[in-house]
Amino acid sequence: MSEQSSSFDLDSIANLARLELGETEKDSLRIDMEKIVAYVNVLSELDVEGVEPMAHAAALTNVVRNDRADASFPREAFISNAPETIDDELIKVPKVIDVGV
Amino acid sequence: MEKYDVVIGLEVHVKVRTESKMFCSCANLYGAEPNTLVCPVCMGYPGVLPVPNKEAIRKTVLAGLMTSCDISKFSKFDRKSYFSPDMPKNYQISQYDLPFCLAGNILISGKRFSDREPLPEKSIGITRIHLEEDVAKSTHFPKSSGIDFNRAGGPLMEIVSEPDMTSADEAYAYLTVLKRIMRYADISNCDMEKGELRCDVNISLKPAGRKEFGTKIELKNLNSFRSIHRAIDHEIARQAAELDAGAPLSQETRGWNDDKGSTYLMRVKETESDYRYFPEPDLTPITFSDEEIDAIRAEMPETPDAKKQRFIENFGLTPYDSEVLTNEKAVADYFEKAATKSSNPKQIANWIISELLRELANSANEISECPVPPANLAELAELINKGTISGKIAKQVFTEMFQNGGSPAAIIEAKGLLQVSDSSAIESLVDQAITENQAQVEQYRTGNQKVLQYFVGQVMKLSKGKANPQMVVAMLKEKL
Amino acid sequence: MEKTLHEISKSLNDGAVTSVEVCEAFLGKTEQMEPSIQAFISVDVEKILKMAVEADSRRTRGDSLSPLDGVPVALKDNIMEEGSVCSCASKILSNVTSPYDATVVAKMRAAGIIPFGRANMDEFAMGSTCENSAFAKTANPRDTTRVPGGSSGGSAAAVAAGEVPAALGSDTGGSIRQPASFCGVVGLKPTYGRVSRYGLVAFASSLDQIGPITRDTRDAALLLDAISGHDPKDSTSLNLESASLADTLAEPMDLKGIKIGLPKEYFERDGLDADVEKVVDEAIAKFKDMGAETVAVSLPHAEFAVAAYYVIATAEASANLARFDGIRYGQRSVDALDLMETYLKSRGDGFGEEVKRRILLGTFVLSSGYYDAYYLKAQKARTLIREDFEAAFEKCDIMLSPTTPTTAFKSGEFASDPLQMYLADIYTISLNLTGFCGISLPAGNSASDGMPVGVQLMGPALGEEKLLSVSHAFETSTVYTQY
Ligand SMILES: [Mg+2]
Ligand SMILES: [Zn+2]
Repeated sequence: MSEQSSSFDLDSIANLARLELGETEKDSLRIDMEKIVAYVNVLSELDVEGVEPMAHAAALTNVVRNDRADASFPREAFISNAPETIDDELIKVPKVIDVGV
Repeated sequence: MEKYDVVIGLEVHVKVRTESKMFCSCANLYGAEPNTLVCPVCMGYPGVLPVPNKEAIRKTVLAGLMTSCDISKFSKFDRKSYFSPDMPKNYQISQYDLPFCLAGNILISGKRFSDREPLPEKSIGITRIHLEEDVAKSTHFPKSSGIDFNRAGGPLMEIVSEPDMTSADEAYAYLTVLKRIMRYADISNCDMEKGELRCDVNISLKPAGRKEFGTKIELKNLNSFRSIHRAIDHEIARQAAELDAGAPLSQETRGWNDDKGSTYLMRVKETESDYRYFPEPDLTPITFSDEEIDAIRAEMPETPDAKKQRFIENFGLTPYDSEVLTNEKAVADYFEKAATKSSNPKQIANWIISELLRELANSANEISECPVPPANLAELAELINKGTISGKIAKQVFTEMFQNGGSPAAIIEAKGLLQVSDSSAIESLVDQAITENQAQVEQYRTGNQKVLQYFVGQVMKLSKGKANPQMVVAMLKEKL
Repeated sequence: MEKTLHEISKSLNDGAVTSVEVCEAFLGKTEQMEPSIQAFISVDVEKILKMAVEADSRRTRGDSLSPLDGVPVALKDNIMEEGSVCSCASKILSNVTSPYDATVVAKMRAAGIIPFGRANMDEFAMGSTCENSAFAKTANPRDTTRVPGGSSGGSAAAVAAGEVPAALGSDTGGSIRQPASFCGVVGLKPTYGRVSRYGLVAFASSLDQIGPITRDTRDAALLLDAISGHDPKDSTSLNLESASLADTLAEPMDLKGIKIGLPKEYFERDGLDADVEKVVDEAIAKFKDMGAETVAVSLPHAEFAVAAYYVIATAEASANLARFDGIRYGQRSVDALDLMETYLKSRGDGFGEEVKRRILLGTFVLSSGYYDAYYLKAQKARTLIREDFEAAFEKCDIMLSPTTPTTAFKSGEFASDPLQMYLADIYTISLNLTGFCGISLPAGNSASDGMPVGVQLMGPALGEEKLLSVSHAFETSTVYTQY
């Protein structure tokens, strides 16, 4: 499975995760990631034929809540933590091109 | 034969009408002051957890049943990761491989939007309906954007169609039918101005008859059904021209500029987005038994299509009238209430279509606010049928009812509008008309039958519209 | 002075001390120890004393909220406390004031328990040494050249140093049990779903669980009683009515008939320090003396646990930590010219190296083309590991193992080799993968370095009562704990 570990493309993964990395940081991370990915490749040896994946530690289903509205929080609680705002009403961010959901 | 086959699929996001948001208990409301309907959960604060809204799930399943989908016995929520300032957690809780509803379809029919010619009935496949959370609303300024999170975390259905449509008219009809269904079942108001319905169009052209799809182009920022229709027509022409010129199309997202009437490039998709879906560990799976699905089915309102067919069969309406009346459930309900009290349902249909809907449109009222109850409209129609008033007087009475309320009988009484069927009274009016219009009498007697209509008008005028028109005609024929 | 919660509670209720006196004593000890230990990121003295005054006046009026009204308990810095900065020992959250209380904090307040300081940790609970904190490196009170363990290192060190009687930590792969073992205190990881996660800043949602770090088993039970229970704000919270666990510890349990499973894969392992093994063997002998029976059990998929764990934990973390972007709150880079740079730089500057490593791994294992080979495979491995544990619990009541293969590491020991540090989690991570419960108890000291050695007892889902009873019996017949 060495082809998998060598396919760890640090730049594209870091970009996907929105992490800017310094050049020296990249060098050490590249070595670490190679090692760690090589280690987790031990999973390829595991026979999982017919095994269901386990996504949760508790086997609960259908946990939902009734549709009732409660009071929201005061805007100030969030505005006070915001790095930048517009008129203390909107959270300000560098211009976004709106592409919707 | 056309040179290219057009392939259109729609992704429609519909805001589910609920009291509270999808995963927190903030109110799911439009129009509040910015960032006042927010809490740590819908602001994506550290440490918060989502708890799903039961009613939003029920309405999604209902939407699936209304569109003949299969309801999944086992569904789950997944995380869809991408960074966007309008998405508080930078992942959207959505559904990936196990959505609530799969493999449905809806029937489109009616008239083409472009030329009002009949649109052949056609079934459009629904690939899936899944439930997810809405994102925040961004307002754009020259150098920055401002984010209001009131909308963030609202329950949002994504309804994905099969690429079954081939024209702007079909897409328009599909949206019309879909919206009608959502409103019928009270799943959503689908008001585009409030962002309750948003539509992305996937469109591609391929040489006629070829199997493989052409390059898919996505259209966004479409603000009304009309602009969707225009954008599709424009895009078909644009792509056809490019293909004619031998230019290869690239996979891209294009926006619609309504003022210019053209689409513009937003971004080229170099690589497929890597959303890194995985099962949402903060939420449990959702299961449905047959009994639970049946219980939701039992609450399902009659679909617009079924109602349309029933009105045609039970009330003898034309398909067109039935379509108009079943467009809005409230109108259909109004019609049905009035029609069941009437001896002539077709007459009721005409009154609603030509008078009531016009008055409502003029007064910008919803039918739910209509000052004329269905029983009063039925009563008015019966008064015409019994000859108590003429159709013309009835319109006058109707206007009065619409403006100031009151029953038709009371208005006729108060305003002295009873039809005159007394033959001696009518006779004296007929005599007066003949005396005063000798020239026309001459014309009639020399063979111009059309002048009769002129005399009817004169008599009706003299009677202030109250004379029984049939009696007037009979007596004029006799005397002339 | 009284040191455990149950002793303090008794003295308070007897009128022998006041909450203000208790808090002042711990604040004094904190002031004395902090220069060398650095267990806390912050301690708000005024707020603590104000709550102590309120607790005292309630007690004077006869309105105490609970027997624990007025006792102080430290919070790991990843548990949201309204009005306090909850930084997770990260630069990126260093200026964010929490607008709400975590459910465990709300429950503490309802019982009158006083949140005492924000305990240091590895940034976002990622690490085993407490060295990955943006603010301070906590030292092990038993030997300040060594680490206290992690990620709840500040919580464990504060308790071991006597700065606070008890603390809350969080355990995603051993982050309560390992530092408890390193510092010679008791650490309990409850069954997944027993304690609400609402307000715990998520590392790996399907693995995280809040639990107590205390001086003895009885305190662990008392504190667990205070913070556990169904929470409608946490969809993965278990809906169970449970009797008081502390009450079941009134009398030491008779261990006759108790079967203790010894997983052979955990003992036949390179890397298990001989002196650690010796202390664990002595503990096993002690249990046998007390009447318990030991049985050999097997966990055949143990060798896959670390790999499965690091795939699942980092995958979940990569999404959980995506929200820290400098948009709505937290540090936003001032150098950024556009939105993309705002993300890249705020996150690049805001996160420490270990956090970046794990976000990168998690992003990779979920990325297109790798999901099946890593994430899905790990989830299937998780099923197999859980089945191993279920099969083992057919043969025994609880299982026993070392908590860690070695005693506390020297500071800086793993700075250049994160993978070796991950591998040291071998004994603790499986309980997070399975969701089962575990406790680390002080069992003695290593002959070579004199550092404490913890023994881990593992129980099945909701096996806390038996786990605590057995721990309590062991503890009452031994006096290994030293302060
Ligand atoms: Mg969507
Ligand atoms: Zn909210």
